[in-house]
This record gives sequence, structure tokens and C-alpha cells, in this order.
Amino acid sequence: MSAYLFYPGCSLSGSAKAYAGSLAAILDPLGIELREIEDWNCCGASEYLTLSPLGGHALVARNLALAQRQGDGTRTLVAPCSLCYVNLAKTDRYARDDPGLGARLNDALGAGGLTYEPGSIAVRHLLEILVDDVGLEAIAAHVRRPLRGLRVVPYLGCLVTRPDLDRRWTHHERPRVFDSLLAALGAEVVDFPLRTACCGGHMTQISPDTGFTLIRRLVDAASRLGADLMATVCPMCQMNIDAYQAEMNRHFGSHYHMPILFFTQLIGLAFGSPPEALGIGTEIVSARAALGRIGIEVPAPAEPEAAAAPARRAKKPAGLPMPSLGDEDDR
Amino acid sequence: MTGPRVGVYVCHCGTNIAGVVDVAAVRDWALERLGPHGVVVARDYPFMCSSLGQELIEKDIAELGLDRVVVAACSPHMHERTFRGACGRAGLNPYLCELVSIREQVSWVHTDRDAATRKAEAVVAGGVLRVREQVPLEPLRVPIAPATLVIGGGIAGISAALELADAGYPVHLVERQPSIGGHMAQFDKTFPTLDCAACILTPRMVDAGMHPNITLHTWSEVVDVSGHVGAFSVRILHRPRYVDTDLCTGCGICEEKCPAKVVDPVFESGIGYRKGIYRPFPQAVPKYPVLDPEHCIYFERGTCRACEKLCPTGAIDFEQQPEEVTVEVGNIVLATGFEPFDARRVEAYGYGRYPNVFTSLEFERMSNAAGPTGGRIVLRDGQTEPRSVAIVHCVGSRDRNFNPYCSAICCMQSLKVAHLVREHTEATVYELYIDMRTPGKGFDEFYQRVQDEGTHLIRGRVAEITDVLRLPDEAGEDGRLIVQVEDTLAGRQRRIPVDMVVLSVGLEPPSDAREMARRLGITCSSDGWVIERHPKLDPVATMTDGVFAAGCALGPRDIPSSVANGAAAAARILGRISQGELALEPIRASVDEARCSGCRICNDLCPFGAISFERGRGTEVDPALCQGCGVCIAACPAGAISGTGFSDAQILAQIEGLLFPGTIHPEAGLDAVVAGSATTPEPEAVPA
Repeated sequence: MSAYLFYPGCSLSGSAKAYAGSLAAILDPLGIELREIEDWNCCGASEYLTLSPLGGHALVARNLALAQRQGDGTRTLVAPCSLCYVNLAKTDRYARDDPGLGARLNDALGAGGLTYEPGSIAVRHLLEILVDDVGLEAIAAHVRRPLRGLRVVPYLGCLVTRPDLDRRWTHHERPRVFDSLLAALGAEVVDFPLRTACCGGHMTQISPDTGFTLIRRLVDAASRLGADLMATVCPMCQMNIDAYQAEMNRHFGSHYHMPILFFTQLIGLAFGSPPEALGIGTEIVSARAALGRIGIEVPAPAEPEAAAAPARRAKKPAGLPMPSLGDEDDR
Repeated sequence: MTGPRVGVYVCHCGTNIAGVVDVAAVRDWALERLGPHGVVVARDYPFMCSSLGQELIEKDIAELGLDRVVVAACSPHMHERTFRGACGRAGLNPYLCELVSIREQVSWVHTDRDAATRKAEAVVAGGVLRVREQVPLEPLRVPIAPATLVIGGGIAGISAALELADAGYPVHLVERQPSIGGHMAQFDKTFPTLDCAACILTPRMVDAGMHPNITLHTWSEVVDVSGHVGAFSVRILHRPRYVDTDLCTGCGICEEKCPAKVVDPVFESGIGYRKGIYRPFPQAVPKYPVLDPEHCIYFERGTCRACEKLCPTGAIDFEQQPEEVTVEVGNIVLATGFEPFDARRVEAYGYGRYPNVFTSLEFERMSNAAGPTGGRIVLRDGQTEPRSVAIVHCVGSRDRNFNPYCSAICCMQSLKVAHLVREHTEATVYELYIDMRTPGKGFDEFYQRVQDEGTHLIRGRVAEITDVLRLPDEAGEDGRLIVQVEDTLAGRQRRIPVDMVVLSVGLEPPSDAREMARRLGITCSSDGWVIERHPKLDPVATMTDGVFAAGCALGPRDIPSSVANGAAAAARILGRISQGELALEPIRASVDEARCSGCRICNDLCPFGAISFERGRGTEVDPALCQGCGVCIAACPAGAISGTGFSDAQILAQIEGLLFPGTIHPEAGLDAVVAGSATTPEPEAVPA
């Protein structure tokens, strides 16, 4: 059993309850124990650091300081939300690079009787823990119900590989590690060109046209590639594509139906957990039909039948030879 | 007084030195304080390196009977030869002249006038005490073998080889591909004149192939280089061609009948095919084909031998083995060229994923009438002519993620692509550039011409090439590529739908450039290009005597520069060969056999491989290889090695001079540094 400090972030108790539930369901088989930081606070989302750098960093530093104090025999702090992950990593990194900032943050933390030594906490995304610490082989070994026949889009979102503050990735635009994870579950993984593209973030609130355009781009590409559903590691991406898909359809007069699930939900399904225990059925764009196609029954209120996915792309005929992509590591 | 009589000359270098150092004070100090150490005259002068400055020294040597000279001026790299020459003309052994640097190491690195002056005095004192220990030396003379090794058979190497051979001297030209010609042989047209590359290159290839003084070693590798300037011994590996070149007539029947067809990643840049036995192109020099055992059906499955059965002269020899030859040469020209940047590394541009993203080298082959499409510009399906083409500059260049440098040739190469697309098709052409760099002769005129032809020039670095539509009707129709770019002149984002993208890939050093440099004892920059002896004044020589470089081995450059480099390297070598021998600096290490224990520590440490040990003969230093660096002297546990021109006595005397009492400013005293404490003892506390 490996123990980690855990910073759930606000969405896991709100819009991403399914993420929290499905994560809880797979911890035991994966041999992971998550110890939630006591009294954690908001990470500042995408706005605060831009508006008030010092205030934003201080807000984040409090979480790092709490993590450092709590310790629990580990220095690795796991964040399941990509935005929380980036904010925590940024504050730690910037304070390491700029001792002046570190000192000012400690001034602020001192008011609450806290202190943080930059670099003492290693911030990692949940995906990294599953891939690097648990390992794909161990995950594959727990698969009881392979997702064979399910065409899944590996949608990583923009924040996991960039900015790569601790140089953990070699492929920032087109990492293949999420593909490998989904493939280990038996799924048929779509080579998705937009795997690290932007979901629009909060754009639906600020400039709906921009936000809907970005959502549409992802959903359209996934549909064209014949995907059954999308998999994500980020609550923000999940919410944009799930909660705003209908509004986007109204905006453009389109009829997309592209479900998006958290990767933990798919892992749980493959491990044999019942769908309802993984929060499946709570999504707005229903995955019921997609999962039904591979024989997984979701006992939820019936949705109108989804429009058939567009025909898959035909393979190109012979012409001039293509350059080979070679054997590379998939990270 | 019978000791040495020393003259000290302090240079102003205009205000370069005099602006920071009080040169008059240094002059007076030297005469007063170093008088007891033999200084009989001290002078300052605005430009010691001028004829009048040198005459001052010559006059003093004659009239005052000086037998040692110290010039306090710039670095010895600049003018040591100048002042040694002046001493030589006045009849003094040139090695009794010492140049100490008070410019690079004093006036250019300090601002405090007083402290800088004190430091200059210390530096002068070091020079004076050192020069007293100097002994007269004579330069070493080594004979120069008349043959030259040229590594790399591209246009730079061919040019060097022809210049040398035409002057009547033998050349060994080594090329790892089956034919000489290099990258230039792949190109269609050359900028800005649009000469056909093959038409201007192949006559020179034929000249090189037929020249009685040139020995071609194609399909070969340089595996080892030993020896030194004037007498290098080079081992060359001839890989088996499986063709007996004495019998082969170059008729091409074997190639025609060979049933194995494979993608040619080298000459055809991966968009064309070759056979299992092949010549990369019809005008190959030499004309003999090469059998590639990795793609030969006989080597793979043990049957076929079609080439052998059909060869009219019985030239196919499946039993051929690798063969090693050793050649003796006096000089070496490294002309190993470049490799194109691997466009797959820029993942956002989709090369290897999107069929209709091409590299500039693929385009060259496509546009070449002798290439895989017979000169037709088509999409990857091999048939459809593009209606719009985007040319992306700086792929892998000027990019901190890949290479920070400008690859120099790609702007012009891209403009040429634009012209050729317009010439061959009706397509709309976009050039997406960061800055347009067209500084050569006729270059900017060509740029104007391409603009007049109607090419759309958009200034901006391409962010992404994608086939993912943002809006349903964005690209007009499915399957086209979209180039996302910020048009920095219009100040807006653009998404340009096109049928075809050509990536102008940058130039990189060959992947084994460092290995080759190590073999030759030369150095590469952090980018991997060969470092010149001097980037401006000695641009084709390297730090190792007798090893020259030409063409893109030195960094990205175009064809005329590569040709000029090859000729320049040849001219440097011809000058030496015609002299018959070479004078080398006598600054060398020598071993006192009586004290040497034979531990061989020095053998491994010598960076030039100049020291050898043999039982019975003892330790020997090859004076032609030794560069006088002093590593062995410092390392020898028995103190058995000493250096001519840098003996222990000289070094210790110089250190003593640098610590001369009263020189370094007391407030930041050297004594304090020596004592390792922040307190400042009296200057007199330092032992003189």
C-alpha cells in the first residue's frame, strides 16, 4: 500500500463527484492510500494567479504548508484536477526559483502560524501516480472486464503536460502515455490529434462563442474519428464537454452526442465494478448507449437513442511512402 | 652587472589599456622596482605593435644590449609573433621575448584605475621574473607528406580534392555513401540562379572520379587517425559492395532485374524507391552499384541471385568481405556536411501523421525531373496536384526547443520552393516566415521576384498544422490541412486551409560528428559544429594542426560558401606541401629518463596522444604531436617531465612576480586572498 497526501480540490465534491467516487472505488485494487490534507482551501483556479500573483501564490502556499506539516510519512502530494495540479506545482517551482517570493510567502503564512520550505513537497498529477508508481502492467493485471470494442478518445487537456515545470514529459503536444493506459484496459484507443488541446476553460462564461467553438472542435473531431466516448483526467474538461454540449449544439444548430467519462470510471469498469458505483449515469451526455454496445448495462433512466456515429475514416490508398514515426517512448 | 638585461615596453593600445591602466606609472614602477631584477629600460608607447613601436624595441636591443624583452600589451594570441619577430630582426632569439596581457586580463575586465594599475604592475613583474629564466630556443621542423585526406564527398570535399589534385598532389577522398555528390546531388534547382543542381555538380563529380591524383574511397568510413601534422596515418574501412569493380561495367542490368524494391531513405529522402542492388542516381560516381545485404533476397532467404545470373561480366561477388586500407597523409580536410533536422520532432506540425506534410528535402526530390514523380508536384497519393501550398520556415531552427541557431539556407531554399510550385502548378502559395534572411548576391532580387510572382508572404511562426476543423465549413471541404499562424503584420490569427505543407527543415551536424571530431582531436561547439581556429581570421583551420574543415561541417552555409571553404582549405594545405616542411613552436614537454618510473600516468592524460611508453625504451614525447599544454608536467608524480619554455623555474618565477610586494591594491590584496581571510595584512607580509 503506497500512501500519498491528497488535495482533492473543489470540483471533486461538486461537479466531479463521479471522479471522486470512481477514484475511491479503484484505490484498493491499485494499492494506493490517499490521505486528504486537513483544512485545505481553494487553489485559486485559473484567475487568481493572473490577477494577484502574490495573493494567488499565498493561497496555494497555504495548501503546500498544510501538506508539509501533515507529512504522514510522504512528501508526494497528489492532485486529481489538472488545474489544482498546475497551480500547486507552479507556486512550489516559482518559490524555489525565486527565494524572494519564498520569503514573502512565508511572511504571509506566518500570520496563520504556518511555514513552507519550497521544494519539500513533490506535486504530482493522479495520472502520473497511476502510470509511474502503480504501472501499466499492474493495472492490466486487475482488468476483469476488458473494454474490448469501445473506441475511446484519450483527451488529456492542456494543463497536464504544459508548463512542464519539472521536466517529466518528453512529448508535450502529443504524449502517448494516456493512450497506453486506456489500451491496458482493453479499449480501442483513437489517435486523437487534439489530446492536449484547450477545452475552453472558463470561456463559456466570458465569451460563449469562443468557448462553444473550442468545445465543438473537440466533439466534432472525436465524432469524425468514430469515437464512442471521450476519456479525460480533468474535471474542467469533463464539465465543459459534458455540461455545455447541449448548449453548444443549440448555439451551432448541431446534433453532437459525445459522452465524456473520467479515466477512473473506465478503470473501475474494466476492474469489474458496477457502473452505478462509479457514478456512471450521472453524466449529462449519457454514455449508456456507448457502453451498452460493449455489453455493459447502465441501469439509469433511459435516454433517447444517440445518433449513429459518423462512418469511420477509410484508410488511405497507396501513393508516395510515408515517413515512419519510429519507436519512441510514449511519454 | 652580468645578469640578464631586460627591456619593458608598456602599450597604451590607444585607450584600450591607457583608459583604465596608468601606463606611465607602470613604466616608472617597472624601472624603479624591477631595476634590481635586471630591468634596464622601461618605455610606454601608444601602439607598440606599430612599425615605430617595434623599432623602439629593435633600437634598444642594438644600443642598450638588451638580452630579454617584456611587452605588456594584449593577449599573446594577438601579437606574440609580432614582437618575437621584432626581437629576431634585432638579432635576439625570439623566444627571449615575453608578451604579458594587460588588456584582456586587466584593462578590459577592471574599472578601478588604481587597482588595475597595481595589477598591471604585478603582471609585468611576473613577466620579467619569468623571462629571466627563459633560454634561447629553435623552432621544430617536421616534413609534410604530400598526400591529403578529404573526409566527405559533398561539394565542399570535392572542391578541396580537385584544387589539391589539380596542383599535382595526391588526394584520398572518403565518402560513406555509394557515390560522391552529397546533398547537392539530391537538389533540383539551386538558388538564386535556378541552375540545375545536377548540371553544375556532375561535371565536377566526373572530374574528381577520373582525376589521376584522386583516389576515391566510396561506401567507406574513416575508422582511425593517428600521427600528427605532416605524417598522419589513416585507416579506411571499405564496406563490401558485393560487386567486383574490376569487372563491373556499370551497365545497370543487375539493378534493373533485382526483384527487391525498398524505400530509399537517403537519396530519395524516403519518397522514392531503390532496388536491393543500386546506384543512388544515374550519374553516380563511381558508376559501380552497391548491394545492400539488408534488403537482398539472397542474403535474407538464401535464394535469388538474379543479379549474379544476369551480370554479363560476372562481377557480382557475394563472398566479398570488408577491407581495411591504411594511407599516409600530411593534412586532413573534414567536409562531413550536415543532416536535415528530423521534422517529426516538431509534433505540432504533424510530419509523419498527415500524409500531405512534406519536408523540403522530400520536395527537392519530388520537384527533380529524375525523382520519384518525374518532377510532378503532387500530394502523397502520387496523383493529385495541390491547389494550395504552405511553406513553413525555421522548422527546428531559431527555436529554443530544438536548435537556437539560424540554418542560413532555408529562407532562400523556401523561396525557391515557392517559385518551383508556381512554375509547375496553378497552386496558391503561402510562405510563413519569421524574418526573411536574403543577404547573398542576387538573393534579395530573387525574393522580389517571388513576391512579384504572387506568392503570399505571411510573417509569423506557425503554431500548428492540423486537420481538425474548428467550424464545419472552415476548410471548404474535408481532408485539407489547416495552418494556424499569427500574422504579425496584420496583427491577427489566421487559419489557412491548404492541400500541401512543405516544412523547411534546418540543418544539424551529422549524428556522429562528435565521434569524428574526437578521432581527429578537434573540438565541436555545443551545437556540434566544428570550431574554427579563429571564426573570422582562420575560418577553415581547426585547433589541431594539419586538420582543416570545409562546408557545413563548420555550420550551415550555402553551396558557394562550401566551395570557397574547400578551395581555402586546399590553398592552406598547398602552401605547406610546397614548403616541404613545417616549422612548429618549440614549446614542448620532455622527459628526464633518470627520474621516470614508467607509471604511464602521463600517457593517459595527454589530450593529444603525444606520450608513449615502451619497455626498454622508456617514455617518449612525440614533439610534433605535443602542443605544450603542460598537463603531463603537472601530473608527473616524480617531477620527471619538464617543459621547454615553461620549466618549473619559469613558472615559479612568474608566480613570485605576480606576488611582488606593493603591487596588488592593499584594500583587495592578493595577500588576503592567499591567506584565505578577509583581513588585509600589510603588503610587506608577502614574501618576495
